[in-house]
Amino acid sequence: MFLARVVGRVWATAKDPSLESRKLLVLQPITPDGRERGRTVVAVDAVGAGAGEVVYWCRGRESSFPFLPGEVTTDATVVGIVDQISLAQS
Amino acid sequence: MIIARVIGQIVATRKHPSHEGRKVLLLQPLALDGANRGEPVVALDWVDAGVGDRVLVVTEGWSAMTTVERPNSPIDMAVIAVVDSVDLAEGSGS
Repeated sequence: MFLARVVGRVWATAKDPSLESRKLLVLQPITPDGRERGRTVVAVDAVGAGAGEVVYWCRGRESSFPFLPGEVTTDATVVGIVDQISLAQS
Repeated sequence: MIIARVIGQIVATRKHPSHEGRKVLLLQPLALDGANRGEPVVALDWVDAGVGDRVLVVTEGWSAMTTVERPNSPIDMAVIAVVDSVDLAEGSGS
């Protein structure tokens, strides 16, 4: 799984029926100290995340498992909202 | 699997129920020479690893979710061992 910040939301009227009433979030991957890294990605929300929040997200087939027994068509899903990161002293 | 260093622990009140009761660790993947390789990742803990430990990590869904005994869950990485040592043949690099 990976750290990211929610930077936006995707709206789509014509879409696969499994995505009805699912929130589509735009994620900017970040480093532990909050710097942006890499390209943005679109993920389905499973925890009620919103703009500006730091989250962690899961990729691949297992990213559809929060919605079982529904078969949601996704390969990236937000599965946690980060309250705090305890980093090692360096 | 990859070798990584535990660099932090994540506190998340709102998360998928399958992650409850498991530590959520922040890991820095390592090269064989101990240098950082790529960007940190997030994984569930199965071996009570702590900050500073060098660990073995599965990075694929089925192995990760079955290891932490949470089948059919959104888990794509898990810490499955704390590494004591790695023996390398002479001349092996990263």
